[in-house]
Amino acid sequence: MSLSNIDTDFEVVSTPTTTNPATKKAPWWSQLQFLAAGIFFGIILIKSEVMSWYRIQEMFRLQSFHMYGVIGSAVVTGIISVLIIKKTGAKTLYGEPITFQPKSFNKGQIFGGLLFGFGWALTGACPGPLFAQIGAGFSVVIVTLFSAILGTWVYGKLRDRLPH
Amino acid sequence: MNILSTPWPWYVAGPLIGLTVPLLLLLGNRHFGISANLRHICAACLPGKIPFFSYDWKKESWNLFFAAGIVIGGFIAVTFLAGPTPSTIAPQLETELQRYGLSYQGSLLPADLFNWPALLTIRGLILMVAGGFLVGFGTRYAGGCTSGHAIMGLSNLQWPSLVATCCFMAGGFIMANLILPFILQL
Repeated sequence: MSLSNIDTDFEVVSTPTTTNPATKKAPWWSQLQFLAAGIFFGIILIKSEVMSWYRIQEMFRLQSFHMYGVIGSAVVTGIISVLIIKKTGAKTLYGEPITFQPKSFNKGQIFGGLLFGFGWALTGACPGPLFAQIGAGFSVVIVTLFSAILGTWVYGKLRDRLPH
Repeated sequence: MNILSTPWPWYVAGPLIGLTVPLLLLLGNRHFGISANLRHICAACLPGKIPFFSYDWKKESWNLFFAAGIVIGGFIAVTFLAGPTPSTIAPQLETELQRYGLSYQGSLLPADLFNWPALLTIRGLILMVAGGFLVGFGTRYAGGCTSGHAIMGLSNLQWPSLVATCCFMAGGFIMANLILPFILQL
């Protein structure tokens, strides 16, 4: 069976069935709220030093609790938030329903996860921090970002031939 | 302003990062996941008739705005919210890095490793180019990154995200402890 019809992506809603009619009508500047959310997130990444190459090395060498504290408390906060949203049936600020799609396991989470872990320890950055490092003035990280885009493209090209 | 200019402890930063999850959900039923942008950029610039990149990326352009915001946020943080004193790193790490001729100078990235001329060295190529490639290839193969799996996926109690997160950590431990020491010697 071809992989093309199987959605393995936890982040991208690429199937046409999930069209959100409200966003279609929304003008482009309504996206600026997400720009603002990104600014908020970027400031946190820098101020917490989560995008520091050294903090990542400390984490993988068990030399500091900092990263474990950040990720752990972020997950706990996220779990409680999602639980509240589900229990109360909260809607978006514009009255649309908030939806969750369960995702299924495939071997990509193991193979891809390990490969990303290698890259994380080398670059000291996951995708969010890559953008934050560029904003913080480390211009050479643009090369790392382009390389990450190339890596994504090569994955897309080889996808049908990889074990999933 | 003192609070803004010193590095934030984990118990401040972690909950704030966690709150990004409900923030994006409430702003428009959007699911936190930054590496998706790498796929959107491929879909926008070089889809090349590859099925994986043949989708309406414009519907997910909110995420590209979010990524642009991170760049701006990074600029704001270092320009207007920088602290007077640089933070410190673990003494064991400082000692280890000194063995490879790398001294800690208070910055967030080691300037000796991450600079434009270093791209012409084998060490720099592995760290920046091969490292970046693995980040892009690995996150999409896994279907998400630290935000999409470790934060958003775990927040929604998706056990495949727990598998992915454990593999991220395992890969990082292997690289940092077993392979990176050889690369840093190059």
